Amino acid sequence: MDMFKRVPIAVQDPKERVKNFDEVCLGYTAEEAMAEAKRCLQCKHKPCVGNCPVRIDIPRFIKAIADGEFEQAAHILAEYTALPAVCGRVCPQETQCEEKCVRGIKGEAVSIGKLERFAADWARENNIKVGKTKEKNGFKVAVIGSGPAGITCAGDLAKEGYDVTIFEALHEPGGVLVYGIPEFRLPKESVVKPEIENLKRLGVKIETDVVVGRTVTIDSLLNDEGFHAVFIGSGAGLPKFMGIPGENLNGVFSANEFLTRNNLMKAYREDYDTPIKVGKKVAVIGGGNVAMDAARTALRLGSDVTIVYRRTEKELPARVEEVHHAKEEGVKFEMLTNPVEIIGDENGWVKSIKCIRMELGEPDESGRRRPVPIEGSEFEMEVDTVIMALGTSPNPLIASTTEGLEVDKRGCIIVDENGQTTREGVFAGGDVVTGSATVILAMGAARTAAAGIDKYIKEKYGEKTEA
Amino acid sequence: MFEIVEKKFLAPNIVSMDILAPRVANSAKPGQFVIVVADEKGERVPLTICDYDTERGTVKIVIQTIGATTKKIAQLEKGDYLRDFVGPLGRPSDYVNEDLEEVKKRKYLFVAGGVGTAPVYPQAKWFKENGIDVDVIIGAKTKELIILEDKMREVAGNLYVCTDDGSYGFGGMVTAMIEELVENQGKKYDVIVAIGPMIMMKFVCLLTKKYGIKTIVSLNPIMVDGTGMCGACRVNVGGETKFACVDGPEFDGHLVDWDLALQRLAQYKKEEEELAKRGEEKV
Ligand SMILES: Cc1cc2nc3c(=O)[nH]c(=O)nc-3n(C[C@H](O)[C@H](O)[C@H](O)COP(=O)(O)OP(=O)(O)OC[C@H]3O[C@@H](n4cnc5c(N)ncnc54)[C@H](O)[C@@H]3O)c2cc1C
Ligand SMILES: Cc1cc2nc3c(=O)[nH]c(=O)nc-3n(C[C@H](O)[C@H](O)[C@H](O)COP(=O)(O)OP(=O)(O)OC[C@H]3O[C@@H](n4cnc5c(N)ncnc54)[C@H](O)[C@@H]3O)c2cc1C
Ligand code: FES
Repeated sequence: MDMFKRVPIAVQDPKERVKNFDEVCLGYTAEEAMAEAKRCLQCKHKPCVGNCPVRIDIPRFIKAIADGEFEQAAHILAEYTALPAVCGRVCPQETQCEEKCVRGIKGEAVSIGKLERFAADWARENNIKVGKTKEKNGFKVAVIGSGPAGITCAGDLAKEGYDVTIFEALHEPGGVLVYGIPEFRLPKESVVKPEIENLKRLGVKIETDVVVGRTVTIDSLLNDEGFHAVFIGSGAGLPKFMGIPGENLNGVFSANEFLTRNNLMKAYREDYDTPIKVGKKVAVIGGGNVAMDAARTALRLGSDVTIVYRRTEKELPARVEEVHHAKEEGVKFEMLTNPVEIIGDENGWVKSIKCIRMELGEPDESGRRRPVPIEGSEFEMEVDTVIMALGTSPNPLIASTTEGLEVDKRGCIIVDENGQTTREGVFAGGDVVTGSATVILAMGAARTAAAGIDKYIKEKYGEKTEA
Repeated sequence: MFEIVEKKFLAPNIVSMDILAPRVANSAKPGQFVIVVADEKGERVPLTICDYDTERGTVKIVIQTIGATTKKIAQLEKGDYLRDFVGPLGRPSDYVNEDLEEVKKRKYLFVAGGVGTAPVYPQAKWFKENGIDVDVIIGAKTKELIILEDKMREVAGNLYVCTDDGSYGFGGMVTAMIEELVENQGKKYDVIVAIGPMIMMKFVCLLTKKYGIKTIVSLNPIMVDGTGMCGACRVNVGGETKFACVDGPEFDGHLVDWDLALQRLAQYKKEEEELAKRGEEKV
């Protein structure tokens, strides 16, 4: 075995997978996982750990896999992360743990993400229960939103003995894991649902169809429903548009709309009622995971798809694996290109999109070189559908209906080091605090907030209550 | 799951249902709507809140059967359940949060077209409860499609009924009725609230613009989540893109780009027709 190379992992053939929504990556077998785990050098200084947002002891769990102690590996992961099966699939490992892997200096980094996924999947398939639950303490906590942040905070607090209720606006729990990230990257029935079932087993109540700020308010939860604390994990769901002419033509969608119709509403399935519209030629604007997901979804629905991105491939914020898979599947890329206008036909449907070529100028505040338009380089691309994947920001609904809850100029909720907002007893974490980020960061922030809530309640009310 | 505790037909294609949804009933205000999912595989459809009873914990919806989903819902019976019922969504009507004394100074005319009569009812009722008389026009294509006439009479100051074919009440469309009131009967209105089919609201606005009477409309674009997450409900108001589900659904009708709104409403026509066909084949 070539120790410089990763143990290859099985994936669905690109020619086949563009015709279905099944998961692309099939995961390691036990033998493959053990072989890959043995590539880990067990470095004393553990550079990978320092680059993990939640500081998972990576060499330790990998050692357990190498020794065939899969259950042990799952327990180690559980000390640090509530969602290893999800993070193993969707974390941007190449810019986190794997970026610093010493193996990666001369060869390929250890497949840390794939090993994490293996251990988590193995534990789930073998019904291993991780984490212990303490005796009930009688305190009530309301968790708003059921994405990675809400799931994590609810799980942690339930294990500590709290009586937790999740309030979710949509009709299915899971947040972006359910409405945004497609089935072919993150299977809903086999990976996401067990996380939700697990919460219910811990005693967490989940009320769907409750929009906080409309159906109830944070004040009514605290004052009328007797919750001792609230955690806001409502994400960053508000889609951005470019503000260019023609953006409201028929055939222009936000990636959120397109993905929600497909994933949450299952429009790709004949037996579901929600319609989805996708033309013959689709332009997806943007270069993040959301853009890749929208592009690959459109491809699977039978379209010819081009991603239009204003910087170069090097700056694409999407996970490398997704870009690689998108290319394999036949998604085209127009780099250094930016739309300036969407042109409609006489009935108000998209007919083409006018773009301008860009070049990279001076670095901007993000440290990436700023794209600047090349004068006179406009050209038209014939497309009948445009999907905008330009990022999202927090929905103002909760902040605008909660007195004293401060947000920054991007609408993100401000929190202290314990995750507490400017309102006493109200905590927040995840995308609603950071703006759209990652699952692992949302998970980490929720853990911090759960610890903050535990401390806050116990300091204020004592260890237990009769209620 | 949300129980249907009352169901009755108001017209051959219009059904009224009371849904047990205490949280929604508790928070509902005039002008707001709900999103309903009929069953596991159903789509999310927006429906205006047509009345609410905080004691019983029920919310009334009135549905006109026009496509697959509205037909599916209309077939459910008392004692059946809707899978989901979420709300209240959207902003309440402006006057709900205004100084009552200011509101009292204005003369309101409500213009209800077809099934739009149902959402006008809680608004007229709100005025009645606050001691204000409003005029109401109910219009429909023909007599049998006039709904809620008696209930509306209880809460309206003056009620005017009109039918396109002249089979009942004043013969003519709601716009002709407005002309009659304003031009021939010398009625003065400060605010007109028009709720009905998009095309009706457009023509009411064209007329009232001529009179210079402020006109509020309740837009009903295609929606998915109803919470500001998808942008399917984009409308152009005063040159700005708004999300009807969170910024509306009520807007100043004179600022709405009607042609765009009408065009966007037809976006899923083909898919809707296919679904309706599939539904019929199943039966
Ligand atoms: C298409 C797509 C692909 C992505 N791919 C990746 C990836 O590959 N890797 C990665 O790490 N990250 C990815 N992300 C980002 C990641 O999903 C988010 O960072 C993460 O989900 C944030 O978690 P959260 O719990 O803060 O919010 P969310 O997952 O957004 O969950 C928030 C929940 O709160 C609910 N809610 C909102 N408002 C209210 C309210 N008023 N009342 C009640 N409930 C409310 C929402 O309905 C939602 O269910 C992707 C995001 C998208 C959209
Ligand atoms: C804020 C709001 C309040 C509404 N209130 C009422 C009401 O009180 N009573 C009532 O009968 N109807 C109301 N509607 C319209 C109702 O939602 C549509 O008639 C219904 O969604 C049609 O679904 P369908 O499957 O039966 O018909 P389809 O065949 O799917 O569609 C028929 C037409 O309905 C419209 N439509 C379709 N899907 C949607 C959707 N998801 N959202 C909005 N419009 C859609 C489109 O114009 C379409 O061409 C309201 C709409 C909105 C946005
Ligand atoms: S319906 Fe999705 S944003 Fe309004």
